Amino acid sequence: MIDLDSWQEIFATLRKNRLRTALTGLGVFLGILILMAMIGFGSSLESGVKKSMTGFATNAVFVWGQRTSVPYAGLPMGRRIDYDNKDVAALRRLDAVDLLAPRNQLGGFRGGATAKYRGKTASAQVSGDNPDFQYVQQPVMKAGRFIDDLDITERRKVCVIGTGIYDELFPKGADPIGQYLEIKGVYFQVIGLFGTRQTGAQADRTLSTIHIPFSTFQQAFHYGDRVGWFAITGKPGVSAAELERQIRQLLAQNHKISPDDELAIGSWNAGKEFNKMNSMFMAINLVLGFAGLMTLAASVVGVSNIMLISVRERTKELGVRKALGATPTAIVRMIVSESIVLTMIAGYLGLVMGVAGLEVWNWLLPRLGSDVPLGPAVVGLGTAVAAGVVLVLFGALAGVIPAYHAAKIQPVEALRTE
Amino acid sequence: MSLVSLKKINKFYKVGAHALHVLRDVDVDIAEGEMVSIMGSSGSGKSTLLNVLGILDAYDSGEYLLDGTPIRGLSERRAAQYRNKFIGFVFQSFNLLPFKTALENVALPLYYQGITRRRRNKLAAQYLEKVGLLEWSEHRPSELSGGQKQRVAIARSLITQPRLILADEPTGALDSETSHQIMDLLAEIHAGGITVVVVTHEADVAARTQRIIRLRDGKIATEAASTSPTPSTSTSTSPSPSPSPSPSTSTSTSTSTSTSTSPSPGSEQAG
Repeated sequence: MIDLDSWQEIFATLRKNRLRTALTGLGVFLGILILMAMIGFGSSLESGVKKSMTGFATNAVFVWGQRTSVPYAGLPMGRRIDYDNKDVAALRRLDAVDLLAPRNQLGGFRGGATAKYRGKTASAQVSGDNPDFQYVQQPVMKAGRFIDDLDITERRKVCVIGTGIYDELFPKGADPIGQYLEIKGVYFQVIGLFGTRQTGAQADRTLSTIHIPFSTFQQAFHYGDRVGWFAITGKPGVSAAELERQIRQLLAQNHKISPDDELAIGSWNAGKEFNKMNSMFMAINLVLGFAGLMTLAASVVGVSNIMLISVRERTKELGVRKALGATPTAIVRMIVSESIVLTMIAGYLGLVMGVAGLEVWNWLLPRLGSDVPLGPAVVGLGTAVAAGVVLVLFGALAGVIPAYHAAKIQPVEALRTE
Repeated sequence: MSLVSLKKINKFYKVGAHALHVLRDVDVDIAEGEMVSIMGSSGSGKSTLLNVLGILDAYDSGEYLLDGTPIRGLSERRAAQYRNKFIGFVFQSFNLLPFKTALENVALPLYYQGITRRRRNKLAAQYLEKVGLLEWSEHRPSELSGGQKQRVAIARSLITQPRLILADEPTGALDSETSHQIMDLLAEIHAGGITVVVVTHEADVAARTQRIIRLRDGKIATEAASTSPTPSTSTSTSPSPSPSPSPSTSTSTSTSTSTSTSPSPGSEQAG
């Protein structure tokens, strides 16, 4: 539709009035820039929060025991619910369960213990874990290995420590593997060192953890067959909420808990949090995108306005063109193309500047410190393509009214203005 | 058959609640190859008549045949195509596009015919050469003198090889020396077989045409054959400095077909 000649016509007119072209372009440029900034900020916020959530399987469910709140089957309320190895076996029979990691922790959840090495002490969360746990919360192994099945069956006195523990106990650069730590009078050999992808306080807590084999934990610290809580992930296709429901049902049955008792079993599912987070970000992105789009629309109205003035200014030119044989269609096409080209060039520059700005932002971000809840801003190809389509569309829209006016110019009237 | 045939053309302009009757029962016949001038004081309707002839303006009643084709109720698109193919316009204020070079201005009508740029520019250069401005082809109108601008405009009007050239006060903005040159050029075009209609209020310009149509208050007042030193008209021997208002038809010369009778006011021709 637009051949070389049309391009030359368009650029000739755009060049003719540089100031007008520049000012109009500036509007669209800023519009797109703001849109990009908004989308980028949304993306940055999202990736920041999601980054702090990484290290968890998204359909993980955590289950622990609390106290009953409803008397049931002759049992009083306020009864403590404790889990043991029988529950582990029962849960393992559930079809929906993929990974099952029973856990124990010295001092309970968020409780502490001390680990000693050559006269230094560090406060640590000591937890007994199965090998499966490494797939629920995903530690990044820096050296050695995680607990394996042999450690469990042989009840080996070994441990895997976080880099936080390592930093406190070991001199810089020392190899921790093979060294022995003392925890509550029991010595454990270090077999692995792990880091994490998490950030902030959550990372600090994760990295001050010492994992020891679950079976060793029960024996060494006299837990018998007690299980503190479970970290469980569902099979692919099983939602976290469904998994949680099945687990609660099973445990309630086995522990004689009323089906109406919501408080006896404590549980947390990552999926619920994840979904909540996702819908929140969707809302944020929707609002930001809408605001950005409206800004762009406002700048397009500016283009339309200027084009309208331009058509008025060019009444004579358009009249001459019509007298020389330009059809209304040719005139409409000319004005709309001018509008599209102007919008697109300015918009494209804005897009490029926006991407450059986001790159600067992404470069700056790691230098602001890890506590900033913002991550790298990503504007995908899809967004860029959509922005391009929107620009063409808006450009055409901006041109429609001025073009209509231009087409209605009567050559007689145009030529009379002398 | 005449190239242009107007019969009982009436045209009104609405001014507020009143309608201004600008053309009253205008009958005009112009034969192919004629050179005619339309004269009249300002407000006499001569420009309106030219606009009607050029399909730039509509008329309210009557009949207009251009080369036998009735021109009435045309869509804007059709009108634009007729203008592009049939008619070349020359304006008092030249109406060149200021941001285009002389060459591009001349080539513009061909752009709307969808002719390739290469061919367009080649033809435009030819026509610029014809008006003696080839070496000015890359100049913009602002760098040209009035006479040069009008010659560029004439080249532009010719490039589509129209049958009819409509010139609206072509010398109105020019000094007498340049006016003379422009009229020479128009006469030359006429000699080439193209029908030329000139609207003017200058008697010496009108004198160079074969026939003068006088308009007064929207009516044809008189028609006079002017004795002009046009190259194609050899019959005239005494160039009159001012056109005589007498409806003499004795020196009427028509370079083309014999079917063209020189019309007198009110004379009607059965088409």
